Amino acid sequence: MIQINDLVKVYNTKKEQVIGVDHVSLSIQKGEIFGIVGYSGAGKSSLLRCLNLLEKPTSGEIIIDNISLTKLNQRQLRAARLKIGMIFQHFYLVSSKTVYENIAFALKAANLPSKKIHTRVLELLDMVGLTDKKDVFPAQLSGGQKQRVGIARALANNPTVLLCDEATSALDPSTTKSILALLKKINKELGLTIVLITHEMEVVKDICDRMAVMEAGKVIEEGPVYDMFANPRQELTKSFVNSILQFELPSHLLEERTGKIIKVTFQGVIAEEGIISDAFQQYSVKGNILHGKIEYIQNNPLGIFIMELTGADHEITKAIAYIKGRTKNVEVIHHAS
Amino acid sequence: MPLSIDWHYIIELLPDLNSAFFETLYMVGISIVVAIIVGLPIGILLFVTDKGLFLENPIFKNIVGFVVNMVRSIPFIILLIALLPLAKWITNTTIGPTAASVSLSVAAIPFFARIVEQAFREIDKGVIEASVAIGASPWMIIWQVLIPEARPGIIQGITITIINLIAYSAMAGIVGGGGVGDLAIQYGYYRYDNTVMITTVVVLICLVQIIQFFGDKLSKALDKR
Repeated sequence: MIQINDLVKVYNTKKEQVIGVDHVSLSIQKGEIFGIVGYSGAGKSSLLRCLNLLEKPTSGEIIIDNISLTKLNQRQLRAARLKIGMIFQHFYLVSSKTVYENIAFALKAANLPSKKIHTRVLELLDMVGLTDKKDVFPAQLSGGQKQRVGIARALANNPTVLLCDEATSALDPSTTKSILALLKKINKELGLTIVLITHEMEVVKDICDRMAVMEAGKVIEEGPVYDMFANPRQELTKSFVNSILQFELPSHLLEERTGKIIKVTFQGVIAEEGIISDAFQQYSVKGNILHGKIEYIQNNPLGIFIMELTGADHEITKAIAYIKGRTKNVEVIHHAS
Repeated sequence: MPLSIDWHYIIELLPDLNSAFFETLYMVGISIVVAIIVGLPIGILLFVTDKGLFLENPIFKNIVGFVVNMVRSIPFIILLIALLPLAKWITNTTIGPTAASVSLSVAAIPFFARIVEQAFREIDKGVIEASVAIGASPWMIIWQVLIPEARPGIIQGITITIINLIAYSAMAGIVGGGGVGDLAIQYGYYRYDNTVMITTVVVLICLVQIIQFFGDKLSKALDKR
């Protein structure tokens, strides 16, 4: 669906060359929601803006819907852009146009006859739930409503791809949820492929199927969101994952413990209770849960528990080995001194 | 000489003042129309050919920018005289308000173009970029995004240009251009006729205030930000 081949984007400033995107190759499947995360300056925004050629790539190729965008002339590129919607962190609505006119503008760009524009605008307004705000100017809308207009404008010409540039970063948490729900809905109902960039792992966790992590212009890790949460390999990915899964134990709590403290990660529908209680029955160790939670990522549970094991050292070692054998994910995070 | 106002004299002057007033409106009117028709496209071109915009063209931008600056740097009084041959060629005369309109227009075009360019710069670059991402053509972006978004600034620019033109039109008296300013200079400056000078200055002050008032009102009404 979207194929990015060896994309490079270099910015020439007066003093030096800055590499925005450094030899990135990705393929994004039809109908999936793909998240690109990274800190600011990692190049994720440059990468996204290269996808519809708002930024002209220095080298490499972008293929969307079997069309190689990098080979098109201006006129062909404009036609291709009609099928690639884009929404922005700061919405970027035309302030002198009403909600209706903002959406109609996108349809005029596609040279639709005015009768069709009218019915399509009403249809889109209904889809984003803003029918009553039709004749209002953007300045009178809330952030969430502005983004809904942005989404309606982006979807006007029935695009196959929607690019989201930090689309929820300027919104409060509850508005973010409702915008994400709307994106998820249009992804499901229209089969739209969505590429979003964000620095908020919460967004990725909530709606993305797959994700890529960017650092210094490179994609350092990519894969299904669940796998990335369960088994992050790169340090940066771990720190992003930790922003959701991390739980800090108070330091005095650790100091007072006499046993070994382990962190167990359960993936999917493993019978969590079973493994631990089996371990306790087979070996003479006692366990005490200090902290724990189960996150649901795309409705798949990911459980993380921090527990203290007490008993004879060799029994504890065996118990850990047993748990490891069944969950593959045990980490000793603290040895009692 | 004490400042004293002779009302009978003013009433006597009224026909002169009246025709001078309409001469001023005539000169300024022609010039502002020409400035808008020619200056607006130049301002648009200066803006859209700038770095990072959808018709980026540094060579074009620099050449047009240079010419605009050049015309703007010539003192109006010199431009007025230097352009007499052009006025003669266009209007077939070198005196009167029509001839003066030629120089006034030439001075107003680059001034207005720069103001328009500045008004466009006030637009959030993201809004322009969003329009490019939509797939709109340059023509569509100019007419449906840039001009509506910059409309309050353009109206302000027209107001400022008109007021400048009124001031410049006084100098048109040098080449027999006519108008209220000319009257002020001819009577008030050369003949030390305070009554005429004060009367004309008051007329000019009122005119400028009225134009500024309506310009501000219109600009505000069109501002939806």
